[in-house]
Amino acid sequence: MTVGHAIVSGPHAHSRLTVTNTMVMVMICLLPATGMGFYQFGWPAVLLFAVTVGSAVGFEALCLLLARRPLERFLFDGSAVLSGWLLAMTLPPWAPWWVGAAGSFIAIVIAKQVFGGLGQNLFNPAMVARAMLLIALPVQMTTWVLPEPTGTAGAPAFHEALAITFGAAPQIDAFTGASTLGFVTAQLDGGATLDAIMPQTFSLHDLFIGRVAGSMGETSALLLLAGGILLILTRVITWHIPVSVLGGAAALAGALWLADPSHFPSPAWHLSSGAMMLCAFFIATDYVTSPLTLTGQLIYGAAIGVLIVLIRTFGSFPEGAAFAVLLMNACTPLLDHYIRPRIFGRDRKGKPLGIKGDKA
Amino acid sequence: MKLFSLDALKRSTGVFAIKGGIHPETRKYLTAESAVEKMPVPSILRVPLQQHIGAQAEPLVKRDDHVLKGQLIGKARGPVSANVHAPTSGRVLAVGMFAAPHPSGLPVMTVTIRPDGKDEWGPRLPRLRPEEATPDQIADRVLEAGIVGMGGATFPAAVKLGLGRKYDLHTLVINAAECEPYLTCDDRLLRERPEEVVDGIAMMVKALGVSKVIVAIESNKPKAIAEMRRHIFAAAPEASVMPVPTLYPMGSEKHLVRTVLGLETPARALTAELGVIVHNAATAHAVHKAVRYGEPLISRFLTVSGRGVTAPKNLEVMIGTPVSEILDFCGGLKGEPDRLLLGGPMMGMPIQSVRVPVIKGTNGVLALDRSETRPEQSMPCIRCAGCVTVCPCGLTPLELQARIGAEDLDGAVDIGLMDCVACGSCSYVCPSNIPLVQSFNYAKGKLAALQSQKHQQEETKRLAEARKAREEAVAEAKRLAMEKHKAAQAAKKKAAEEKKRREAEAAAAAAPDAPTEAAE
Repeated sequence: MTVGHAIVSGPHAHSRLTVTNTMVMVMICLLPATGMGFYQFGWPAVLLFAVTVGSAVGFEALCLLLARRPLERFLFDGSAVLSGWLLAMTLPPWAPWWVGAAGSFIAIVIAKQVFGGLGQNLFNPAMVARAMLLIALPVQMTTWVLPEPTGTAGAPAFHEALAITFGAAPQIDAFTGASTLGFVTAQLDGGATLDAIMPQTFSLHDLFIGRVAGSMGETSALLLLAGGILLILTRVITWHIPVSVLGGAAALAGALWLADPSHFPSPAWHLSSGAMMLCAFFIATDYVTSPLTLTGQLIYGAAIGVLIVLIRTFGSFPEGAAFAVLLMNACTPLLDHYIRPRIFGRDRKGKPLGIKGDKA
Repeated sequence: MKLFSLDALKRSTGVFAIKGGIHPETRKYLTAESAVEKMPVPSILRVPLQQHIGAQAEPLVKRDDHVLKGQLIGKARGPVSANVHAPTSGRVLAVGMFAAPHPSGLPVMTVTIRPDGKDEWGPRLPRLRPEEATPDQIADRVLEAGIVGMGGATFPAAVKLGLGRKYDLHTLVINAAECEPYLTCDDRLLRERPEEVVDGIAMMVKALGVSKVIVAIESNKPKAIAEMRRHIFAAAPEASVMPVPTLYPMGSEKHLVRTVLGLETPARALTAELGVIVHNAATAHAVHKAVRYGEPLISRFLTVSGRGVTAPKNLEVMIGTPVSEILDFCGGLKGEPDRLLLGGPMMGMPIQSVRVPVIKGTNGVLALDRSETRPEQSMPCIRCAGCVTVCPCGLTPLELQARIGAEDLDGAVDIGLMDCVACGSCSYVCPSNIPLVQSFNYAKGKLAALQSQKHQQEETKRLAEARKAREEAVAEAKRLAMEKHKAAQAAKKKAAEEKKRREAEAAAAAAPDAPTEAAE
């Protein structure tokens, strides 16, 4: 009698972790902030989310078909859904449907499948899409609405939402407002001091809770933080990248603030923005585009944090998370090349250790 | 740079941390409480002559010979080899090639014995009194008894016991970590025969000339730890039992030494160079039997487990018992298992046929069903770095895999392929289920083949050159001899001519004055 089909090396056991498990866990951790976005911005946000995620999966399927790769294996691994989801989180909630679809095209086709699909992309797909949309569509990407929680008088009904998302011309001027980051940057550029600006915009408390205008899933730093902590507790990610991103940002923002509190916002203000939290816990921690070693991750994270504050403070865009992440994605291969774990029995340079008591 | 980690706070003191490692589902509960049963003599025994690392033993019996229990049937050949003995009395059916208990199923020289059921002992080796025996006598006895490392590596134990002559040894570490999931035979051995194991350890201590012994047992075996603590004092002046963290691969020799002593063995060196020798607990038991009773290594403890086995058990079986009979003794298989393994699920070997025998290094027979094995399909690497985190050797398995995939084997060696111990932690955690160890083994095998090819080429070249040199030397010698001969000839000729000339001269001179001369 012969048994067993495979002549393979061990191990014959497996942790039963799968790529899909990981992706689903990240999605679960994104749920609170996503729910908050749906609640605050109503049906248009839901529709835009559905279009973005749906088209991401659609483009993925198309690419897999073109590349003749097995659909059932790759389409349901959750990676396309997650990329679409993360992109939707960073879009203005009442943006028209084609912004979401175009973003998904950029994320899935240009940033991911062209590089070879799952695990092969050098840059974070959602951030490539966001950065390209921001540059190509500056109006649509910065048209923010004030939160009109579902159930309140100002919230659009479903048919109004259809018009907002799929209608030709957006008739939402009445609702628009600037995002906090954009407003503060604009005012600072106009020569006003922070003491004068801050009372005109959202309070730190509102900013942290998320009752502010902003991208669909980036308003509530609190819920993103909660989801991020869950992500660490479930060991999907380690603390290294989030802590170093927030730490790097806080360090630079703190130094600037101490130097001149009237022109540079406090670190608390930087940290309580949802974009920073989303970036620290969900974007920068993307496995594919972040370094392998913990030391590398600390450098990578800290650099992202510093870059975000630099771009916010001195750059021409109010928000810098996407650019910061893309810049550091480009440095990941470099970090992985130079920072390696020490091999057992060897020193850092790869020479075998000496034997103690060796007279030589 | 060593990063601060929260784990550092909760690690117990006294042991030194190793990097990485995994906590696989141990499933030791399947057999941990089943006492070792002695399996009856099987209907047939197939004893391979190659059960160890090193040269194959030379057969001493032939077809139709009658052998007695404990009789030497295969003699060690060369310095690294091991004797093989008949596990019971019976008739030799064949001495020939039979499938090895190895994934390849390739044939190996095997002595097939039909037991006569009498289990009749032949003359045993004389008993040694350990108190009076010299270290060399103990090492020789271990050699005669054919004892090999019983944790699975099957390195001849006597060679390791003789290292005291070459290195300045101070500590013997007894490896009873048993970090492989499912296996409980070492645990049962320590719980059921603690005095015997300690006695074996004491003999090893004597053979090695060390003063310190540490028995390392994973903390998930509290009863074995307690039993050993009760008896260990007899082994050496400084003997202790050290519970080590339950963390795979704790039983890896170099990692265990690092854990219990804080000594990190340099790459490509032996632990002996640090003054430490590691032996398995089951090996100590075999040494006890060989020295006290003159019994060679003809049986061993092993665990039969997995959800595919009807009644998982710990057994004492004769070396050479076919896997099929072991499984039958355990109530047979529940349907066709997904994988049938010799050894543990992490580093064990799949076998193709249940007719193969168990050998000296077999510590388990596992029949795993679908729920216990790996999914078959793998996904692309998502660079989650899980493999980097768990690698106890500090490697980056995903990069090794990428380089090997691109057939850049030298590149893989540059980033530490040869430092891989094939523990399988990386493949275990990989969410993409990439068979990492499989490709490392492929690369190591290919490199070894290339190396041996290169060696062969170099050797051929060297021999050709040597031959050429020899031939040239011969030709040169011939030429010289010829020259010498010619010179001699020429000299002779010249001398002859000279003589002739002189004679002629003399004759010429003499001719006119011949009378004068004659007158003189």
